[in-house]
Amino acid sequence: MSLLKSPGRAPVPGAPAGSADGASPAARHRGRRTALLTAALIAALLFAALLSAGYGAYDIPLGDVLGSFLHRLGLGGATLDRVGESVLWDVRLPRVVLALLVGASLGCAGALMQGVFGNPLAEPGVIGISMGSAVGAVAAIALGMNFLGNWTVTVCAFAAGLVTVLLVYALSRSGGRTEVVTLILTGIAMNAFAGALVGLGVFVADSAQVTQITFWQLGSLAQATWPKVLAVLPCALLGLAVAPLYGRKLDLLALGERPARHLGVDVERLRMTLVLVVALLTAAAVAVSGVITFVGLLVPHVLRMAAGPGHRFLVPGSALGGALVLVAADLAARTVAQPAELPLGVLTALVGSPFFFVLLRRTRRKQGGWA
Amino acid sequence: MRSLFRARARRLPTAPALGAVAAEARALRVRLAGRTVLSEVDLTVTAGEVLALVGPNGAGKSTLLAALAGDLTAESGEVRIDGRPAGAWPAAELALRRAVLPQSAELSFPFAVEEVVRMGRAPWAGTAAAEADDEAVRAAMAAAEVAGFAGRSFAALSGGERARVALARVLAQRAALLLLDEPTAALDLRHQELVLRVCRERAAAGDAVVIVLHDLGLAGAYADRVAVLHEGRIAAEGPPGRVFDPELLSRVYSQPVEVIDHPRTGEPLVIPRR
Repeated sequence: MSLLKSPGRAPVPGAPAGSADGASPAARHRGRRTALLTAALIAALLFAALLSAGYGAYDIPLGDVLGSFLHRLGLGGATLDRVGESVLWDVRLPRVVLALLVGASLGCAGALMQGVFGNPLAEPGVIGISMGSAVGAVAAIALGMNFLGNWTVTVCAFAAGLVTVLLVYALSRSGGRTEVVTLILTGIAMNAFAGALVGLGVFVADSAQVTQITFWQLGSLAQATWPKVLAVLPCALLGLAVAPLYGRKLDLLALGERPARHLGVDVERLRMTLVLVVALLTAAAVAVSGVITFVGLLVPHVLRMAAGPGHRFLVPGSALGGALVLVAADLAARTVAQPAELPLGVLTALVGSPFFFVLLRRTRRKQGGWA
Repeated sequence: MRSLFRARARRLPTAPALGAVAAEARALRVRLAGRTVLSEVDLTVTAGEVLALVGPNGAGKSTLLAALAGDLTAESGEVRIDGRPAGAWPAAELALRRAVLPQSAELSFPFAVEEVVRMGRAPWAGTAAAEADDEAVRAAMAAAEVAGFAGRSFAALSGGERARVALARVLAQRAALLLLDEPTAALDLRHQELVLRVCRERAAAGDAVVIVLHDLGLAGAYADRVAVLHEGRIAAEGPPGRVFDPELLSRVYSQPVEVIDHPRTGEPLVIPRR
């Protein structure tokens, strides 16, 4: 898994000193590297998805999984027995697809968020946006809302997530910059407040609803069904399709707000658009899986170390990487403690939190302190 | 397809004639945080010349530069860039006409030097000029002498190196109006001279260059015109030989100075009276 890659900055190829044709070899090298990394990510993702589809309490050999796929596509292959077919198509596959969507959304949202805030510690979970979305979802469940049918929870999660993003954004910026301390502290305050609201939701809810809400607080894909996939698909796909269009502008934003404007970026519009996209992606993920933290922090960071900070690769790459991490993590969550199942959010937090410590210390060292 | 469409919608700049007005401030008054920072400023920037803005700390040099860049809204009066009010330009079109070097160069993520310089080409994406990207980046890196560490991470550079990378990015933008805020502040003697030589070259090529300087010696040696700012107003403006008047400078800087002519070149040298 990509987490195991050795830490430390990837060596940047040195350009020939003072040579006539500048450093285009460095750029070409980086281009090759991103192409290779993309291919590797896609291959690993396909493999993890197939493995996850076949492996579990009821094992289905990989060959049979492929055979069943081919059969449904009308390309030969063979169906499985009745139980196998049902396990694969009604239980495993919706779960794998949901893991893909949620992971891609979280990874992509993390990369966007970090680009918008110009800060590698920004992540929907850390700064309270996931929890804010959860408030919307919990409110929808606890109050028994059903005004939009299947989409009610998603829409409520989106609305609450959007309000939270805007609030965090407004509270943590001053003078056109977001300081790390302000951002993290705003996140703590936001998480505390949203946590209280979720608690209030639990208090109001009846016991059946409480079970449903507990699932949010831990984060899990155990209740994946095709209707749930359908409920998040539009949000996730829209967000994932729009996000890569802003890669180049996000690169420019790294120079700072004014220099980005001097290079022709309409900074305010860019910010608002991307904040919307982040809310969309986070809401999509939270509505079906609850609060899963650190994926959006960890994946972009590892990719930045491997392929440089350019957002044209980082944004779609983080979607791929996030999907890979979540499919793998979900496979682990359901198999390491068989027959019991670990909550997915607990697992990612267990792996992700130590990483956050490292990142905090590194950022601090680079800045020479927080003050 | 999308970029093609955008390129057609944007108005591309035409090369300005020598001596044409690149930017101007008329009766400009700017308030920042409740304080009047600039008042009654009239200034014309013409193509083909280097204009130095000098003055003591807090005199309004950087504010004037930011106003000429279209960053600030005037309380009264106006700033025109390439014949149009600064506020009327869309960001994308303004970026084709003026480039700005900020006082401090920052970067949120560890991009490599060449990538940073290439960001200067972003405004031209989707236009015919994008074909010159590689050449512009190469030339800008050579001019600012940063080609030697093109592959290194910006985060690993010294202050002076960062300043030169930022300059290279601004040069790569190839805008007809260059606004540089203290480009020499972090530089050693050699690179200070280098930067001002580059400014002269750009002016000779027909660009308008406005540069905020603290070193009056550099201003005297390289600028065609100098504007001395004092408490938000222009105290004097003209060729250095005329503007560098000991009485005026002594008053503006609250520090007695002498102005002597260089024995060889005849350039005015400003020396504090000690």
